Amino acid sequence: MAINSGPPPYPGEVLVQPVAGDEVGFFTDSSICIGCKACEVACKEWNNVPVDDIRYLNSSYDNTGELSANSWRHVSFIEQKRDDGVAWLMNSDVCKHCKHAACLDVCPTGAIFRTEFDTVVVQADVCNGCGYCIPACPFGVLTRREGIVDQPAETHVAQKCTMCYDRLKGGDEPACAQACPTKSIQFGPLPALRERAQRRLDVLHQEGVEAARLYLADESDNEVGGAGAFFLLLDEPAKYRYPERPITPTRRLRGMWLAAAAAAAVVLAGVGAAAASGRR
Amino acid sequence: MGSNMAENHPVGFQWVMEAKLKGAPVIHVDPRFTRTSANASFHVPIRAGSDIAFLGGVVHHILENDRWFKDYVLPYTNAANIVGEKFRDTEDLDGLFSGWDPAKEGYDTASWQFAGMAKANSAPEGQGSAAKAEPSGGLGGGLAGAEPERDETLQHPRCVFQLLKRHFSRYTPEMVEELTGVPKERFVQVAELLCANSGRERTSAIVYSVGWTQHTVGVQLIRTAAIIQLLLGNMGRPGGGIMALRGHASIQGSTDIPTLYDLLPGYIPMPHAEDLDLQTYLDGHVKSGGGWARLDSYLISLLKAYWGEAATPENDMNYGRLPRIDKDHSTYRTAIAMLEGKVKGYFLPGENPAVGSANGKLQRAAMAQLDWLVVRDLFLIESATFWQDGPEVAGGQTRPEDCKTEVFFLPAAAHTEKSGSFTNTQRLVQWHHQAIEPPGDCRSELWFYYHLGRVIREKLAASKDPRDRGILELTWDYGASGPKAEPSAEAVLREINGWDRAGRLLSGFAELKADGSTACGCWIYSGIYADGVNQAARKKPGSQQTWVAPEWAWAWPANRRQLYNRASADPAGNPWSERKRYVWWDAERAEWQGEDVPDFNRTKEPQYRPGEGAGGDAALSGDAPFIMQGDGRGWLYAPSAVLDAPLPPHYEPHESPVRNRLYEQEANPMREIYHHPLNPYNEDPEKYPFVMTTYRLTEHHTAGAMSRNVPVLSELQPEFFCEISPELAELRGLEQGGYAAIITARGRIHARVMVTNRIAPLQVAGKTLHQVGLPYHWGQRGLTRGDSANDAFPIVLDPNVHIQEVKAATCDIRPAERPKWP
Repeated sequence: MAINSGPPPYPGEVLVQPVAGDEVGFFTDSSICIGCKACEVACKEWNNVPVDDIRYLNSSYDNTGELSANSWRHVSFIEQKRDDGVAWLMNSDVCKHCKHAACLDVCPTGAIFRTEFDTVVVQADVCNGCGYCIPACPFGVLTRREGIVDQPAETHVAQKCTMCYDRLKGGDEPACAQACPTKSIQFGPLPALRERAQRRLDVLHQEGVEAARLYLADESDNEVGGAGAFFLLLDEPAKYRYPERPITPTRRLRGMWLAAAAAAAVVLAGVGAAAASGRR
Repeated sequence: MGSNMAENHPVGFQWVMEAKLKGAPVIHVDPRFTRTSANASFHVPIRAGSDIAFLGGVVHHILENDRWFKDYVLPYTNAANIVGEKFRDTEDLDGLFSGWDPAKEGYDTASWQFAGMAKANSAPEGQGSAAKAEPSGGLGGGLAGAEPERDETLQHPRCVFQLLKRHFSRYTPEMVEELTGVPKERFVQVAELLCANSGRERTSAIVYSVGWTQHTVGVQLIRTAAIIQLLLGNMGRPGGGIMALRGHASIQGSTDIPTLYDLLPGYIPMPHAEDLDLQTYLDGHVKSGGGWARLDSYLISLLKAYWGEAATPENDMNYGRLPRIDKDHSTYRTAIAMLEGKVKGYFLPGENPAVGSANGKLQRAAMAQLDWLVVRDLFLIESATFWQDGPEVAGGQTRPEDCKTEVFFLPAAAHTEKSGSFTNTQRLVQWHHQAIEPPGDCRSELWFYYHLGRVIREKLAASKDPRDRGILELTWDYGASGPKAEPSAEAVLREINGWDRAGRLLSGFAELKADGSTACGCWIYSGIYADGVNQAARKKPGSQQTWVAPEWAWAWPANRRQLYNRASADPAGNPWSERKRYVWWDAERAEWQGEDVPDFNRTKEPQYRPGEGAGGDAALSGDAPFIMQGDGRGWLYAPSAVLDAPLPPHYEPHESPVRNRLYEQEANPMREIYHHPLNPYNEDPEKYPFVMTTYRLTEHHTAGAMSRNVPVLSELQPEFFCEISPELAELRGLEQGGYAAIITARGRIHARVMVTNRIAPLQVAGKTLHQVGLPYHWGQRGLTRGDSANDAFPIVLDPNVHIQEVKAATCDIRPAERPKWP
């Protein structure tokens, strides 16, 4: 699969070409995001994601607000007043494609599945709109698509980023990554992206940008088993409205079920014993 | 400076980001902290309209601290030229230069000339019959007479170098702080960074956009930047230069092959009414030295492209058929003429003056005086429907039935629906191929104008009237074919490239002849179809060629990627440094070599000196890199070609709450003012104490037709807003997310309030100065609607190029009710 296009993201870097079977993902380097929102537009155009409401959010240059069924990329604009002036942090958020995906765990219909690229995708035609996945997501990525007049078949259906599953199958990189003019959004095999991100972080630290950090690059800052989309941030995750330590709520499900089963067994055993003794 | 590159040129900004990742400092000087500032090394907030004070301060810093590049400045600029005795500077006349004629509101530039030289022939006097002189064309750098007197020691009190020093002597860091609001320490830091990153080993580039041009001192602003870049040795060298980022696709192309009234293709000046015949015209325009000395071959080849066999030496090459100008016919002057009932009909192809031009109210009133108006656009824009749903109709001031204008709306094809070229900021011509058929009645511009011409010619076919010959004799065959009879864009490109009598496509403008044996539609584009190949359609990836990438598309002229690149070598022809090696003299092969196509006579050795009476290229020395200037030198001092100043002074904007601290003369004395009830100016700074400025957002495109009608873009910036500081919000009781009225003598416009620290108040002349930011994309139509920021701005223009001052004016701002937009 040869799906990276354009120049390499950083001077002197080489392109990373994923090969079949690679686990692929996004590395979003917010330190070079210019907030142009080309990712949002490219995503909507390619995936036919509808415009639901044209309204002013009173939130800097952000009129998208959050990820939802109708916004699969969301550029946040965080204005900060600092001692030496102002800062304007921009970051393009996206579904994290968790390695331990709660949405997938709770989906009763099998509409959400893990692809051969190790990404997590909702099949609109299988989803029954039960909505279990919505509270399950630790990042608030999923919502149901409601009231889109020209797409009635997808009404009430949960929707989110597919990492352009169709494009990946066709040998193209996701639309947002291709549209990004500064390569703030990079697509490729995750191990190579993680290495590159670490090098970029080292450079920023050398330049004195001490607050720079990686988010979700490995399993150390989360309990979602690692992510297929990770970020280089210039401040604490909370400033970007990210959970400091996201947890897959279904993470302990197996344990809980086992505990429940054990408890039930104890109860049943107790009841059985009582019945047996009562019979006596 | 004067550019919000990340927001308005995001694709080009990737290269700035790459330079920054390689370690280049990126400085953003702008009234607002924008998405560009957020990605710059640092941001310097500045008062809108004070840029010359800032740049003049940089010139002062360079000269005072001896940071100029001597080995470059001495041979390559006119620093050593001695100016005539009668010249008086703004330092002598408190903001005016010698030669000021208050009655004519213009300058007699005789006293600006170099010692021992006559007035240059591009000086304005004697041209045109307008009250104000009206030069035309792109002929910079004309000089008359012999080599001027020079003092290579730069000690002569009237040499350009000393005049420059004196002119900017009061532009100290303290004065910069006083005028611009930039703390002097911050200013010195910027000036030092520029100096430190210039010289043999390094170069700095300056990027500007309409944040510089849309002022009454726009041309002088860019002149100041040019002086800095010449003093630091940053012109004609890789990584240097001044980049004018153009506002939309192929706006560069529409200047090269112009939609401007005073130009013929390739910056050939439009003839004036007095230029009765070809020889008179050529005598008045041909320069003795430099590239413009061959103007005759460029113009005659153009006449042959227009009229083919019908242009003969016997009929003066049909020169008499060319239209003439007698005065300013620029867009604002034309709007005013409409208002006065002097214009019958008007074409608006891809332009929306009801929203995009200064003083929208006047623009709409002007169009309502036409007999007919043709609008060609992708969408039904405000300029096509102003009579029906404009703000004046909504406000009850006019009624649709009172508008006498007959409006024809013709749907246009988008760029994906036709083949053609885009010429970008760096003169790169890139071909695009048609992807889909235009829907319904939509047609390309080429289709429209070709068939318009065809029908007019058919209607005139029987005419014996001599005035119709110019149309009937035109060559008018561009291979229209297919079900829609679409002309071939490549046929047009071939005509632009030019051919000889045998029909062979020319290899470049060097082949052009003045004897009528060549035809060429635009001399600077000649070579774009060399060898019968559409060179603009080349798309060889950068990874498969050198770093200059000469095989990606085609750049005018002659596929040169960097103009005046002879200056990348020292006078002896050697690179200034290994690091900045670009074009150099190869003594063994006795020719210029380089990474790029040398912008110089290939075989002219560096030691060449012109003999007595030499003309054209032969008149320029082997160490004169600026070959389109009459003397081959970079002009620190401009005795001609600019009307309003030979050296740039800081003038206040026409509307300014601040007094000019430097001169008694407040604003540009030559700025074009238009007094009319529909164009009132803010007179009282007490009443209008704040500075307002307009700009664009990434999410929208210019006057908005191409974005306000697109749902995925409209939702990203869904409402007209104004940006103000928390301090101004507090002062005027404005609330975040509430509504405000922006008040001027032109009326009130309403906007959502965005309170942000990104537009900080400044300390200017001892007082707090507040600025109001206004994106100008909105109008009455589309998926997102709102007041148009340009309705708040008056018409007041730069005298050289007639560009409106919408980057700095005054206003008040008050809380308001939610406006009644649906």
